[in-house]
Amino acid sequence: MVLCVNNVSVSLERSRIVDGIDCQLKAGELLMLLGPNGAGKSTLLKAISGDLPYGGSVTLSGRELGQWRPERLARQRAVMPQRVEVNFPLTVEEVVQLGRPKIASGRSDLVVDELMNELDIGHLRHRLVPGLSGGEQQRLQLARVLAQIIDSPGDRLLLLDECTSALDPAHQQMVLDLVRRLAKAEGMAVLAVVHDLNLAAQFADRLLVMKAGRLVHEGSAREVLTPELLDTVYGFTARVVELEEGYPMVVPRRRGPSSAYTAPVNPSCRQAS
Amino acid sequence: MIRDAAGRLGFAPSLVVALLAAALVALVSITSGAYPLALGDILSVIIGREASDPVASMVLLEVRMPRFLLGFLVGAVLAVSGALLQGLFRNPLADPGLIGVSAGASLAAIAVIVLGNTWLGGWLAMTGEWALPIAAFLGGSCTVLLAWRIANRSGQTAVATLLLAGIAINAVAGAATGLLTFYANDEELRSLTFWTMGSLGHAGWDDLLVGAPFMLLALLAAPWLARPLDAFLLGESVVGHLGYRTDTVKKAAILVVGLGVGAAVAVSGLIGFVGLVVPHLVRQLLGASHRVVLPLSALVGGTLLVAADSLARVVVAPAELPIGLMMALIGGPFFLALLLRTKVI
Repeated sequence: MVLCVNNVSVSLERSRIVDGIDCQLKAGELLMLLGPNGAGKSTLLKAISGDLPYGGSVTLSGRELGQWRPERLARQRAVMPQRVEVNFPLTVEEVVQLGRPKIASGRSDLVVDELMNELDIGHLRHRLVPGLSGGEQQRLQLARVLAQIIDSPGDRLLLLDECTSALDPAHQQMVLDLVRRLAKAEGMAVLAVVHDLNLAAQFADRLLVMKAGRLVHEGSAREVLTPELLDTVYGFTARVVELEEGYPMVVPRRRGPSSAYTAPVNPSCRQAS
Repeated sequence: MIRDAAGRLGFAPSLVVALLAAALVALVSITSGAYPLALGDILSVIIGREASDPVASMVLLEVRMPRFLLGFLVGAVLAVSGALLQGLFRNPLADPGLIGVSAGASLAAIAVIVLGNTWLGGWLAMTGEWALPIAAFLGGSCTVLLAWRIANRSGQTAVATLLLAGIAINAVAGAATGLLTFYANDEELRSLTFWTMGSLGHAGWDDLLVGAPFMLLALLAAPWLARPLDAFLLGESVVGHLGYRTDTVKKAAILVVGLGVGAAVAVSGLIGFVGLVVPHLVRQLLGASHRVVLPLSALVGGTLLVAADSLARVVVAPAELPIGLMMALIGGPFFLALLLRTKVI
């Protein structure tokens, strides 16, 4: 196992945000973490990222996180936070290079080039980061975290917190396709927090669902994404359609009869029509 | 101009230009002043021969040389400290003066001057001739630490809080300085004025011997922080993700700034704007990577301060303007102009 999370709890401001989570992740597996706002997904990810103190045990390649030397750990584990704000005039290429390990291998520039092209930011390499759009910045950060571990020896763990939230649909597909391809080809273990249920259904090997700090469901997209679960966890009604592509799709229903709603119309307009 | 694909100046040509400018300013600084020095005399003294004019040799070795060296070191240290703080706080407005570090260092030094014969007698006995720089160093470090604690309560650097904390720290340090001024006698008062306005006028080899080790140490230590500080530009949590020990880096940077600014304030008093203007200018021309910003800031900062000091000596000759005043006169409008011209800071 690359990652073993055992009975992990996190408390912030005296309230328990993550409560006794267990999960495991093996090499090449893409695990997506779902749940409504405030379920504790990002907090759990931050605990595994080493940003927050936690109770319980988190091991990477069988060794407790706290026992790793920071520079060694950085070669096995990369973290993409929800938001990275850069106020200084660094170029795209410089930021991706920042992800490279201190002792960069001879093919360092090649790796950086390839990743920038894969993520469609190669043409932006000399642009300053503060002038990029939200989606471009998100792809840039993904390139940086991939550059950090992509050619490291041994187990690798990639932690992604809403890595597609600012992307258009085409780039969402491109990014998650790349992550999945790399997971399979390089044997990287990926744990990603996502909100988009259909992206999760399309790309994940396995889904975890959290609610109020606890793990409430775990399994394949077909097992997890059911109308009953969507109702109890998220509180909305939806149909789940099985697609011929081989994964389910969630189609939310509108609340109330759609025809009953008419917008208030200005009387003068009505006369004019 | 030699610019790379990102529209920036190259590091190597910039370094050469900065070194040439530093050499030119050194020459101007050494030749300008009340006593005229012939170029021939200067060359003779530098290569170790007797100058034709014995007074010239004395002026050059005992007055102009230490003043140039001290001015250059102080300018370099202030600029590098500014760059370090800006990286650490991820804020281009952080400056030893703005967040109160200089005021804290100056307050500690003034306390030693005024209370040295009474309450702080033990401190003087313990530290001897190092009393001032060590006190200024401790005052500077404590203030950086205080500003850091206040701005980081929530775990993330709150920029507005940091600057407001700086205002409060400056106010409190100013009030305490005022109180000490109130207690000071005439002689102490004269050396107090020196601290608050900033001056290189008293610079001699003894100042240099006391201050230079601290400042050189700070300058030599700074490059080790370049890579982790680059990571700081992406956010504090990213520093840890990239494998650096965040706390160690922070503490080292705070120590370096306290050490450098403390020593600079101890030998030259309060000199503002170098730490703000110089790294800003360097970043605009060469980009934000600290491996470029730190060495170039040191060179440009030293050059700028020595140039300002030379100017301060000639504008109202035979008297001279305090260098702190001069820097504020140059730096203030310059910084405003930079702010108005640039979109990304």
